[in-house]
Amino acid sequence: MAIRRRDFLKSTAAVAASLGLPRRARGAEAASIYDIERFGNARILHTTDTHAQLNPVYFREPSVNIGIGEMSGRPPHLVARAFLERFGIRPDSADAYAFTSVEFEKSAGRFGKLGGFAHLKTLIDRLRADVGDKHAMLVDGGDLWQGTGLANTLQGRDMVEVANLLGIEAMTGHWEFTYGEQALRDNLEHFKGEFLAQNVFLTEEAAFNDSPAFDKASGRVFKPSIIKELSGHRVAVIGQAFPYVPIAHPKRFTPDWTFGIREEELQKHVDALRGTDKVDAVILLSHNGMDVDLKLATRVTGIDVILGGHTHDAVPQPIPMKNAGGTTLVTNAGSNGKFLAVLDLALDKGKVGDVRYHLLPVYSELLKPDPAMAELIGKLRAPVVTDWSEKIATPDRLLYRRDNFAGPVDELICTALRTELNAEIALSPGFRWGLTALSGQPITMEDVLAETAITYPETYVQEMTGAQIKDVLEDVCDNLFNTDPYYQQGGDMVRAGGLSYTCAPANTMGSRISELKLDNGRAISASHHYKVAGWASVNGQQGAPVWDVVGRYLRSGRMFQERLGAGVTLKGVDGNPGIAG
Amino acid sequence: MTTTTGPHPTRRLILQGTASVVLFGLGNLAFAPARAAANDKYPEDAFKQKSEADAIKALYGKTAEPSEKVKLDAPEIAENGAVVPISVTTTLDKVTSISFFVAENPNALAASYRIPDGTMPSIANRLKMAKTTNVVAIVEADGKLFSATKEVKVTVGGCGG
Repeated sequence: MAIRRRDFLKSTAAVAASLGLPRRARGAEAASIYDIERFGNARILHTTDTHAQLNPVYFREPSVNIGIGEMSGRPPHLVARAFLERFGIRPDSADAYAFTSVEFEKSAGRFGKLGGFAHLKTLIDRLRADVGDKHAMLVDGGDLWQGTGLANTLQGRDMVEVANLLGIEAMTGHWEFTYGEQALRDNLEHFKGEFLAQNVFLTEEAAFNDSPAFDKASGRVFKPSIIKELSGHRVAVIGQAFPYVPIAHPKRFTPDWTFGIREEELQKHVDALRGTDKVDAVILLSHNGMDVDLKLATRVTGIDVILGGHTHDAVPQPIPMKNAGGTTLVTNAGSNGKFLAVLDLALDKGKVGDVRYHLLPVYSELLKPDPAMAELIGKLRAPVVTDWSEKIATPDRLLYRRDNFAGPVDELICTALRTELNAEIALSPGFRWGLTALSGQPITMEDVLAETAITYPETYVQEMTGAQIKDVLEDVCDNLFNTDPYYQQGGDMVRAGGLSYTCAPANTMGSRISELKLDNGRAISASHHYKVAGWASVNGQQGAPVWDVVGRYLRSGRMFQERLGAGVTLKGVDGNPGIAG
Repeated sequence: MTTTTGPHPTRRLILQGTASVVLFGLGNLAFAPARAAANDKYPEDAFKQKSEADAIKALYGKTAEPSEKVKLDAPEIAENGAVVPISVTTTLDKVTSISFFVAENPNALAASYRIPDGTMPSIANRLKMAKTTNVVAIVEADGKLFSATKEVKVTVGGCGG
């Protein structure tokens, strides 16, 4: 694809969203959008939730991302026009394309794909060189090792090699844990950076059995933090892994470890870093999710900046949150390699004087791929990916996943499950990773795997009563819309095929879901049994991997013959800026 | 429900001189009567009550007021509803007992501990929880009742992210 320099120039080009500063128009060179004005004496580069996407991707941001209670109308719960207005982004610009769902298909043709590790490498090296390597560090917020068929097959080893070449100095984790303790430890032996997690502890049984831990006294399994010297100042980076790993995923992957937000332990650790280690800045590298981080920032003192991930929110500016000790800035840096966050700090003795933050879209057409990284990616992919290159279907519409309740990718998966497994109803997890495919462009097994590649892909068919189905919907819905973010796990609503329902997100748990109906319009009865197909169960299942089921369905050529779409009718959220108008 | 199949907790506290005891919430296992001092009569009636209010009434005969001096530590979302780690510490003086209630368990009173004079009032135990509900800890100090409450979610699991 040719570089459409003119399109980028016509766009506002300025991606800088310096805290409190107006967005500035940039110079004539398209690539100059990556010329960041020098500020302060230390630069922290942050990637997160890349989901192992080695090559540039299309990824449409959500048009439905509802916030309830205090979270209503507050970043990250703004979409489309409301988002553009809040952050002062022009609707037809490259930024609008990168950060929102506005006119996605039209803009995809103009601005092309984003991300890719060879492109990221070029940008990261350049931004490091701009300030001098001694003044910069690169950290990753996790979900680095999962999201593709390749990463799943290699249990994340491909991404460890990529991370080493990229120069990641510290990371934390989420899906990394789903490869199990042994694979995780094997990978970490090859990882040149540090894997940090202040909130992962041995269970009492594991501690009693003398299982390995970074600190036997506290039971902490991993190193909680590192201190890096930048420009003669000491910067502490604390890792916060996804707090709900054994709940969101099968417990069998992490039987010896217990997680949680662990506010109290975090506060103690921050206090020790400040009091004993005399650090000048404390950064939390977090996989909590943005709403959890926003709450945590009001309760834990002494953290300067939370570099956040998990909820895949591309938020151009940090959100300042007040707490008893001062102000903590909270960020979230998007997903799939689309963005690189740049945090410039003016460090002083014992404090951060001021900061500038930029969330830079990684426009692959403006960046020359780094040759060494491109070669490594080619080498890693070649032996494995060839088998998945056959074109198996051509979608007649845009396929995307992200939205709170439904998306064409999951409608397709649900239809495949129902058809292939002969079930009335299908349930599919509301993951936020998974790529976007443009209408009319053929898709391959590699694309199917990019929507489904997990370590527990087995499908199932089981009988469930109407009451059980409603309970599942209520339970997952509370994960999204509990007014206390500490009770949310992140992710989106479980997708339903063959089933429509009404949802009132602002109601309380147990009273949000109503009017459940089958596709034929018949009401779901609480006591009647229904045949339900699904995958990604936290309980062990025996069925074929979901990618085989979806692949078989696509190969049959029936792709969109059936009507797709489970109707979810929303109630009580009219005018919520988390819904595109 | 809880049980004291071994030495009574109060005795163990004295014997070990430790600051806390760890008991495992044993769900609906049969109850072994406490074999200890006569004043530690097993509160059979309180353990039989369905609701939290009735159990508190049966156990103490009075009501509790919320207090920030009662520190209840429990997970927001349980990793395993069958064994939820829940602990209490308090800065209150003259503590004589600490009790745990799980509001929507079949029987609300989960465990009750006598705290002998001079013992640090700190209890950690694991409770079985039937479903998402409030956990209430009550500290009896100087004849008055003080409480702390936290909702613990017991979920079917599954993920996004």
